[in-house]
Amino acid sequence: MDRRNGRAVRPGDGQEAHRSFMTKPIAATNDFVVKFANVNGSGSASANGLFAKVILRMGVPVGARNIFPSNIQGLPTWYEVRVSEAGWLGRRGGVDLMVAMNPQTWVGDVQEILPGGYLLYDSSKPLPASKFRDDINVIGAPLTELIAAEFVNPRERQLFKNICYVGVISHLLGFDPELVKQLLTQEFKGKDKLIQPNFKAFELGRAYAEANIAPIGLKVRTSDKVGDRIFVEGNDAAALGAVYGGATFCAWYPITPSTSLAESFQKYCTALRKDGEGKNRFAIVQAEDEIASIGMVMGAGWAGSRAFTCTSGPGISLMNEFVGFSYYAEIPAVIFDVQRGGPSTGMPTRTQQSDLMLAAYASHGDTKHPLLFPANPTECFEFGAMAFDLADFFQTTIFVMLDLDIGMQEWLTEPFKWDATKKLNRGKVLTYEHLEQGVEFGRYRDVDGDAVPYRTYPGTHPTKGSYFTRGSSHDKDARYSERGEDYTEGMQRLLRKWETMKKHLPAPIVRAAQRRTPDGVLYIGSTGPAMKEAHHTLDELGIHLDSMRIRAFPFSDEVFEFIRNHEQVFVVEQNRDAQLKSLLVNEGGVHPARLVSVLHYDGTPITARFIVKDITEKLKAGHATLRENAQ
Amino acid sequence: MTYIAKPSLHHPSLEKNALGFTRRDYEGRISTLCAGCGHDSISASIVQACFEIDLAPHRLAKFSGIGCSSKTPDYFVSPAHGFNAVHGRMPSVLTGANIAAKDLIYLGVSGDGDTASIGLGQFAHAVRRGVNMTYVVENNGVYGLTKGQFSATSDRGSKAKKGAENKDSPIDLVMLALQLGATYVGRSFSGDKTQLVPLIKGALSHKGTAILDVLSPCVAFNNHVGSTKSFDYIREHNDAVNRMDVISPRAPIRADYAPGELKEVVQHDGSILRLRKVADDYDSTDRNAALGYLARKAAEGEIVTGLLFVDPDAHDLHDGMNTVDTPLNKLTDADLVPPVSALEKINASLR
Repeated sequence: MDRRNGRAVRPGDGQEAHRSFMTKPIAATNDFVVKFANVNGSGSASANGLFAKVILRMGVPVGARNIFPSNIQGLPTWYEVRVSEAGWLGRRGGVDLMVAMNPQTWVGDVQEILPGGYLLYDSSKPLPASKFRDDINVIGAPLTELIAAEFVNPRERQLFKNICYVGVISHLLGFDPELVKQLLTQEFKGKDKLIQPNFKAFELGRAYAEANIAPIGLKVRTSDKVGDRIFVEGNDAAALGAVYGGATFCAWYPITPSTSLAESFQKYCTALRKDGEGKNRFAIVQAEDEIASIGMVMGAGWAGSRAFTCTSGPGISLMNEFVGFSYYAEIPAVIFDVQRGGPSTGMPTRTQQSDLMLAAYASHGDTKHPLLFPANPTECFEFGAMAFDLADFFQTTIFVMLDLDIGMQEWLTEPFKWDATKKLNRGKVLTYEHLEQGVEFGRYRDVDGDAVPYRTYPGTHPTKGSYFTRGSSHDKDARYSERGEDYTEGMQRLLRKWETMKKHLPAPIVRAAQRRTPDGVLYIGSTGPAMKEAHHTLDELGIHLDSMRIRAFPFSDEVFEFIRNHEQVFVVEQNRDAQLKSLLVNEGGVHPARLVSVLHYDGTPITARFIVKDITEKLKAGHATLRENAQ
Repeated sequence: MTYIAKPSLHHPSLEKNALGFTRRDYEGRISTLCAGCGHDSISASIVQACFEIDLAPHRLAKFSGIGCSSKTPDYFVSPAHGFNAVHGRMPSVLTGANIAAKDLIYLGVSGDGDTASIGLGQFAHAVRRGVNMTYVVENNGVYGLTKGQFSATSDRGSKAKKGAENKDSPIDLVMLALQLGATYVGRSFSGDKTQLVPLIKGALSHKGTAILDVLSPCVAFNNHVGSTKSFDYIREHNDAVNRMDVISPRAPIRADYAPGELKEVVQHDGSILRLRKVADDYDSTDRNAALGYLARKAAEGEIVTGLLFVDPDAHDLHDGMNTVDTPLNKLTDADLVPPVSALEKINASLR
């Protein structure tokens, strides 16, 4: 076999002649991007996940993302792994090694490889030279043939081809095969009869590569940069947060990409919330639709249980009426919105931050709702728990705004922490004892001057403390009233309550530039990792930006102070219409011209390279405009 | 109007129930519905039923949607918390509250628009789940609050006040409830308190989903000749299959019931439903037979009333969910928040 350029060429394969190299092969250790192109339903996910975990076990951080279709079987799916010893976990852009296992997407996949990069493909069937590029390194491994020789069952053949390519790659990148086997053993614990066939498939790929393929320029070298971090999905983290936050009830309706949040809540409750007799200290209802889901949450919140629903944009659209009810009648509720590509059905399996306006001002009439913006699974856990204290205290709907990128991708993130001395804050609830002692009760009175009223749970006292909850206009004692004064008094108090909230929501996180700069940047949520890397790159380019990651709406005064202190502020967000910017302009009276949008909304997570390019270009253009204006 | 304060003086000689409450303790604010509205009679029946079964008024939780009927929970049992939800969505809110606080007695009041049109989906699913509740549909076949449109329970051929004829098939909520698995199903008439009060008492004592379809003529928009939901029409076509007394497990047995064939059904809480048959061929414990009977009578233009079906050993939503005996809203931090050690284990499993 011909091993030039690391490419295995089969004897007699006349079409695949030696290719001369115009571009130097990429050489990189612990800093490159591998992308797997697969067909969904082919069982590639566990093999790809194994690949990412091996690198983590070697102490090298990875950012891994599934890019998958809204489909069960047969459509293209990709898994992109950013290997970064420096700790950049966002998408970088560009691919160094493409593992092209899907003929449907071959052309695009080959196209995506950076010059000097590598293509690994299944060479069981010869491909014409026109299918390749001159400026990349092509590595063939006859995966189908190797597997067919050892496995008979068609499903097994398909599944083990995936582990087989992990075997090939393990040699190319320099993995310790024992480490891979250790992880496989862990993965199939309890399904022990799957362990040996997986070992076999792995060994087939690895042995072939050792015998036929020269090592390539990409390498993983053992390091110590992972620390005690964990690798977990945001939906899983948020569900665990809900358990620690004391949620007892989840009503939900299946919708991508939020479904796994409800499933994780079930998993964690089953493990952590059984009493001695095996009875459940929780309840989960798969409702008939999103309207019923939020209706049940309202009923439970009203009765004093911590309840939530999890959904995505289309679900929020349906829930609007109840969210307005929650605002006006002051019912605690938590909604996890795992955002996906809109509008309409949009892109169910792609990511966006495009429900900001929808959630912030959900429902008819004058309404607004607090939003939390977690930027990683650790914050999904923290905010997931905190949301229930906030909902109970402020007696309104709290939105936790995840997106598909945080929710459904495994992120390398700080371990979960919980303060054992923390008490759940149930808010202002009058008990039987309070009422017996003669504490006066009026459901919507502002007793403490913070505009947050007291409430009672149903069934508290035989003669005191009952009230009638309604979405129609009411006076401060919850009586039906159409008097203008009663109505405006209530609406004004809700505004004052909104002001009180600002002091209790997670504060923004600021990172000052290395030196004084008139330019700033604002961003939220899953933009975090790409932004962090973009910062580093911009610094190296001599472009200095102060940055602020906003973590909640309503925005605190700090946010507007940050804007005032800069001449121009880039607002980086993942939607078309600059929704975060709109909220800033609307709520803070900011002049729109001071906010320059950087918008990424094709459904894939934003990349560091995109941010750098867009900001660099806009700065150039902006400086040109400034000069023109000065002349 | 609700601005008018209702005098709270109690006559010293008012009869008291086993808990020491008088009927006045079960009343609510003054109704704002039209004079003579059937819904007010139903409210009065609810008051009487709660009084007679010795229900502590604050142990009741009242729910409704939107419409004339849905205003009524403000007009009975003031010491109970009430929740006037959004249109057609009362069942979900009641379900959530029931999940949170299983120790209360749940009463939902809705209308034919709120239940059979906008709320048909939620009605159906709450019944399917077996939510432990009494769900009263105050059924007048018309949209009263928006002044006289047909509702989904209006009979085909029934005439609106201005003469228009309904061309659509009606939804029969009783048959629907039976098909969906309701475990206590009755139909009655707002003008027949002797039939209605025991039906409500039995429903409040029932563990499981109790559906009561109560025909309640709208005096303003649906009480004219040509309507099939008018007082006169219902009186003429009322086909009662049985008469019922409800005997509380605590009350001494009074033996002043009328003669006729008797059937006793003991419910989960020990209450006894004593049924006197009016229709010889009717068995209230046979779901399929009930469906057949109702279909035959509907074809004849008769309105079947009485306790149509009961399963005294019904299971409810909580049984299926295997929830703890303590209501979820009474669980403490110690019950709910797992230890830090559990979190450390989870962290370790994610490395």
